[in-house]
Amino acid sequence: MKPEESATTGADLLVKALIDEEVEVVFGYPGGAVLPIYDSLFKQNRLRHILVRHEQAAVHAAEGYARSTGKVGVVLVTSGPGATNAVTGLTDALMDSIPIVCLTGQVPTHLIGNDAFQEADTTGITRPCTKHNYLVKSVGDLARSVHEAFYVARSGRPGPVVIDLPKDVLMNKHEYVAPPKVAVTHKSYRPQTQPDPKKIEQAIEMIANARRPVFYAGGGVINAGPKASKLLTQLVHLTGYPVTNTLMGLGAFPASDKQFLGMLGMHGTYEANLAMHGCDVMINIGARFDDRITGNLTKFSPGSKKIHVDIDPSSINKNVHVDLAIVGDAGIVLEELLKAWKAKQPKVDQKALKAWWAEIDTWRARNCLAYKPNNKVIKPQYALERLYHHIKDKDHYITTEVGQHQMWAAQFLKFEEPNRWMTSGGLGTMGYGFPAALGVQIAHPDALVIDVAGEASIMMNIQELSTAAQYRLPVKIFILNNQYMGMVRQWQELLHGGRYSESYSEALPDFVKLADAFGAVGLRCTDPAKLDETIQQMIAIRGPVIVDVAVDKAENCFPMIPSGAAHYDMLLGPADRAARPVSEEGMVLV
Amino acid sequence: MTTTASSHTISVLVDNEPGILARVVGLFTGRGYNIESLTVAETNAAEKLSRITIVTAGTPMVIEQIKAQLDRLVPVHRVHDLTLEGAHIERELALVKVRSSGEKRVEALRLADVFRAKVIDAKTDSFVFEVTGTTEKVDSFIGLMSALGLVDIGRTGIVGMTRGGEAL
Repeated sequence: MKPEESATTGADLLVKALIDEEVEVVFGYPGGAVLPIYDSLFKQNRLRHILVRHEQAAVHAAEGYARSTGKVGVVLVTSGPGATNAVTGLTDALMDSIPIVCLTGQVPTHLIGNDAFQEADTTGITRPCTKHNYLVKSVGDLARSVHEAFYVARSGRPGPVVIDLPKDVLMNKHEYVAPPKVAVTHKSYRPQTQPDPKKIEQAIEMIANARRPVFYAGGGVINAGPKASKLLTQLVHLTGYPVTNTLMGLGAFPASDKQFLGMLGMHGTYEANLAMHGCDVMINIGARFDDRITGNLTKFSPGSKKIHVDIDPSSINKNVHVDLAIVGDAGIVLEELLKAWKAKQPKVDQKALKAWWAEIDTWRARNCLAYKPNNKVIKPQYALERLYHHIKDKDHYITTEVGQHQMWAAQFLKFEEPNRWMTSGGLGTMGYGFPAALGVQIAHPDALVIDVAGEASIMMNIQELSTAAQYRLPVKIFILNNQYMGMVRQWQELLHGGRYSESYSEALPDFVKLADAFGAVGLRCTDPAKLDETIQQMIAIRGPVIVDVAVDKAENCFPMIPSGAAHYDMLLGPADRAARPVSEEGMVLV
Repeated sequence: MTTTASSHTISVLVDNEPGILARVVGLFTGRGYNIESLTVAETNAAEKLSRITIVTAGTPMVIEQIKAQLDRLVPVHRVHDLTLEGAHIERELALVKVRSSGEKRVEALRLADVFRAKVIDAKTDSFVFEVTGTTEKVDSFIGLMSALGLVDIGRTGIVGMTRGGEAL
């Protein structure tokens, strides 16, 4: 066959390349520069396109899809505003290490730099918010760039990759280049996944000789695939050591297990944070010593030897100096650690371990998540406890927006397995949860998908109700409505003398009517006694539902490590707050 | 671990592709690292490779971080810290324009000879010298010329290489 006969347009090549990369769903929004791609999509039925109502939501939906399946999420947006609207989503995916390939339209190559209609310097704008990006200047490079982009997005520490596609490139013809049969051997990007065996030995020795150990596991374990979570669970059981998870790592270890200390960090449990502070050996697997975790760095776990397992060498010694760094894939490292532990059968000082657990149990006895029940006003914690009660035996996925409700969800919903919990951890993007839930529901059509939201966050991508309606996606939006941007209000109460500047949710819509306007069902609950009934009703309805739960307006999220404070300096409730005002250094931190 | 900042010369082998310099520079500005000197040019046309030499300052922890951040950029092949990796040579080239007459003009020429600077342009009232050497040598030559009618300076920034027969 002559090349001219087999040549197809760039747009057709692109669709073929996506199918060869096993893409099933694309989240997107059309526009002038990507019309050839939409034409190609129209002519085939292998790829499903989900039309969102804003490009930011396309990226979040792809993130939800990616995080609940472990596959790469794919986004398609037009040039100019299409691309700039996607920037928040891309940054979110970068911060939380989510594999995304985002295809952006671009003006034709001869117009680039001319301030053409809907032109933006997309590769320039997205350079700092992607793992990598491409501007495809010739149709001959297109298929190869797509295959490379998928390789870059999913390998090593995953992240978002942008492919900028000028319109003439999409219309020019070329032969197709199939993806390589074996994994791409990239000429410069080859992340290290196999750990150094000597370091595994050293780690085993440090772990075995610990007297007050703690495992601290993060999103890297989730990203390493479900097997990594199983291996972590095995290792933790084998050692008998306590384990805490980061916000990103929830589900990597079963929450109901007695060795689980709960989440750590700013709103983590008392026992998890004090175990981190008092441990003598810290085993960090796939977490990055984020500032929400460490609190005051100079006072962070001062007496411990630290082991850090991470696939990204730049995460090591970035915030906290560690004693043993192991670069590698969390799953592979855990497998090696298990193998070495089983082979060596090291003797752990059981007496010391027993004393350590006894100390942990005294911290647990403080019951740090306790709240004052109320039979007149719905406490947000109570609402989540009841929600969990009704969903725990169902196949469910949780997403959240950002704020108090997010932290309460992390504290009160229990995750027994990975990929069930999708929240914007690094960037803290309000408006993330609802579109992410849509992406999760596309991947798991029969599962119960719930976006735990606040009344302020949900307004940031509320237009996606239209998407939910169009594709009959039965996502449940569970709003904890306290009529405040709750976390802003909490900080204003703690740090700014209770001057609630602009944090009151004025002129809120009637969420029941709003749901109705989009063909969804709206429910409202104001009475603690009727909460169970409302949640059951929500679950029973087959389509999308908004549940507007009126909760206590003044409730604050505890425990809390105030900014600038150390792990041992936690506020456990309103009484502690008055006793310990935030330091001046703490005031400047976020 | 020491917390004092020191200068490091870092050599980075990269794909010579559009945007690579912006990626490297953006990394430094975005993360608040300091660039003292930066040179870049294609060094292998057949394989489309460029060498970027960066002089930066920081504590050991920051320098380690800079190298790790550079290394994880997709088009970066290799990152070498010349300052840490043993004996190496650094050179810089400067063009120095001096306008003067009489005794000052003669003195400029005499000093240029001492520094083995070449005269690459001459007019009756000016010289352009080409001087090559370490940053310290170039600095001291420029220092001397400032008293003798210095009007313009162009510097390449540092390029470096390890001593001995091994390639980076």
